[in-house]
Amino acid sequence: MKSSFTRFAAALVVLILLCAACPGANAQASPASRIPAADLLQPLELVKILQSSNSDSKKEKPLLLQVGSLVMFEQAHIPGSEYAGAGGKEAGLRSLKERASKLDRAQFVVLYCGCCPWGKCPNIGPAYQQMRSLGFTNLKVLYIADNFGADWVDKGYPVTKGQ
Amino acid sequence: MQPFRASSIPRRSRQSRRWIGYGLVLLSAMAVPLYAATAPTHARTDFVGRAAPSFDRVDLEGKRVELSAYRGKVVLLNFWATWCGPCLTETPVFVSWQKQYGGQGLQVIGISMDDDAPPVRRMYRKYRMNYPVAMGDAKLGELYGGVLGLPVTYLIDSHGKIVRRYEGAVDLKELEKEVQGLLGKR
Repeated sequence: MKSSFTRFAAALVVLILLCAACPGANAQASPASRIPAADLLQPLELVKILQSSNSDSKKEKPLLLQVGSLVMFEQAHIPGSEYAGAGGKEAGLRSLKERASKLDRAQFVVLYCGCCPWGKCPNIGPAYQQMRSLGFTNLKVLYIADNFGADWVDKGYPVTKGQ
Repeated sequence: MQPFRASSIPRRSRQSRRWIGYGLVLLSAMAVPLYAATAPTHARTDFVGRAAPSFDRVDLEGKRVELSAYRGKVVLLNFWATWCGPCLTETPVFVSWQKQYGGQGLQVIGISMDDDAPPVRRMYRKYRMNYPVAMGDAKLGELYGGVLGLPVTYLIDSHGKIVRRYEGAVDLKELEKEVQGLLGKR
């Protein structure tokens, strides 16, 4: 009785480990919380960076890549940003990789999503990990606490719509 | 080489540099709101108390979903997506409410903000969703003031007026009380 229970428990543990390793668990494997604090930009910091790079041509303008939902990107995004594919999906990561292949690894890149509260975002973590593994050294992530609407649009920061 | 000392700079020069510094800080502080003020904004909370914007879509089963056709019912309009964790916590509850309160006049309508339909169809089957689910897009999102974070849920009374807008995970107990209250007023 006891040994069958032990076997059942062992099988359960193996099953849980297998599930954790499956592709669907990608977002959980690279949660937003694993992004180092030093690589995060607060919304107001990004506004100031964009503002200073617009007024001073010597300052490097970051390449802004939205790595979340296309439907949301079409409704509102940061002017000049590009849609690079949903980081939580294999197809999205492939699209991001393809975009990254055309870039200098030292280029100043800022990733953002804002689909969901930070801790629940399935996109930003995997996108950040991929860009890091591709060797991007000047990589930042926009910290969006709740969502793009509340933390960017409602603050009155610049937005545009369409593709 | 002489080490740098602040005292080696003439006092007047130090004062003027300090004033230039203050000026730059002040200008930066003024420039951010000015820059921000040029951006368009979405007044999403203004929707409460107004008539729910009408829409006409086709659901995952090929049936027409026209909001105005549900006039007389209390409508729970839920914008969600398969990749949204909090949305998937709410979905089984909405399924149970549709079963429990459907006979009393509640109609849940799901609008998926996924970029493509196949994962939505899979989730629809997995959760045995018993209410119409249609694919949303930027146009429908904008009609509702911009759905720029999920989930977003609108509670619409039997006259077609938006009673409440919830952004983010809903307090389900609070929402259920509101639903029960509206069903009682029908």
